[in-house]
Amino acid sequence: MMDTDHPDNASTPAPAQKMKRRRRREKKRLVSVSVVAAFVLGILFLIIFNTVLDQTYTEEFCISCHEMKDNVYKEYQYSAHFTSRSGVRPTCKDCHLPEKGFSKILRKIEAANDVWHNLIGSIDTPEKFEEKRAVLAQREWQRMKTSDSQGCRSCHDPKSFDFSKQGYRSVQQHEDGLLSKGQTCIDCHKGIAHRLPRINQKINQADPPGISEEIFRPEVVKKEESSAK
Amino acid sequence: MKKRFLAIVPATVLATGLMLLSGISQAADDGGLATLRGAPVSAAEKSPTGDGLKKALETAPVDRNFDDQPPLVSHAVDEYPITKDFNKCMDCHSEANYKKEKATKVGSSHYKDATGKTLKVVSSRRYFCVQCHVPQVDAKPLVGNTFTGPK
Repeated sequence: MMDTDHPDNASTPAPAQKMKRRRRREKKRLVSVSVVAAFVLGILFLIIFNTVLDQTYTEEFCISCHEMKDNVYKEYQYSAHFTSRSGVRPTCKDCHLPEKGFSKILRKIEAANDVWHNLIGSIDTPEKFEEKRAVLAQREWQRMKTSDSQGCRSCHDPKSFDFSKQGYRSVQQHEDGLLSKGQTCIDCHKGIAHRLPRINQKINQADPPGISEEIFRPEVVKKEESSAK
Repeated sequence: MKKRFLAIVPATVLATGLMLLSGISQAADDGGLATLRGAPVSAAEKSPTGDGLKKALETAPVDRNFDDQPPLVSHAVDEYPITKDFNKCMDCHSEANYKKEKATKVGSSHYKDATGKTLKVVSSRRYFCVQCHVPQVDAKPLVGNTFTGPK
């Protein structure tokens, strides 16, 4: 501040100085009021934003369009992730939406694309959906692979695996693939909640080829030969 | 009025008695059929608990009981899809993958079509694996028998 007449120096301030001081005080108050207001408004905005956004995570919202309700949701109803002995049921967001703040918002922005495709009716019949299933599935597999199957791991933690309760084939696969070769859940567990797209298993010649086995069951190069076995 | 009522009572009793009697005689009448299960044929069957059938025996494969018996599946197959798009069984048991998965290879008979011609791929009439191959379970025969199997 370039103020030469510091208010503390003057014992009896002149009227002009008094005005100056008052104006300054008002300015100060305006600043503090606006800071508080911005703060309150910001909190209010965040609360509203979050509440509205939270509504878009619910299953009701997800299946409010028939693209979801008549296709993938129906398939999901036949899976172990819908009904099980113990009744634990993950819903859409638990597998398909990152948990953490920023990537969650980013995914939401990406998903806004779905609104557009809903409007132009890209997959609004089961036939159209079937035609796009391979593309959609591969996109989701890739997303899960990139995130190291974060959706799965929010419930299934390999650190808590009780290998004595798994079948010997599971133990073998988990020790070999997941723990030694650094494979991730989605590398093997595809199509567990929804129907698989067509896979080219080389067992039938008459039909259209479908997704190659290299994509469906990727080979992972061993990180290191685990010596402790 | 009273007389009429008095007449209805014995008629009702008689009718109920007749119905009961006919019911009993029906239950006892098996038409001369004998039964191996120990209970009369017409008796309501006690529902099995099915406990032994719920879980597949994930042990070594149980031996075949007769020649050409489709081998039993030595693991659970719940939620293994066999659809037009994907056959989960063939994910491990196919020619291409059985070595990697240390699984049994699909039998050579499965490559023959209805006319006996050998195909390059699995014959579509063999596509639905679980039509013949079922998971092995701890199922005791309902009726004892003397069958000994191949020898």
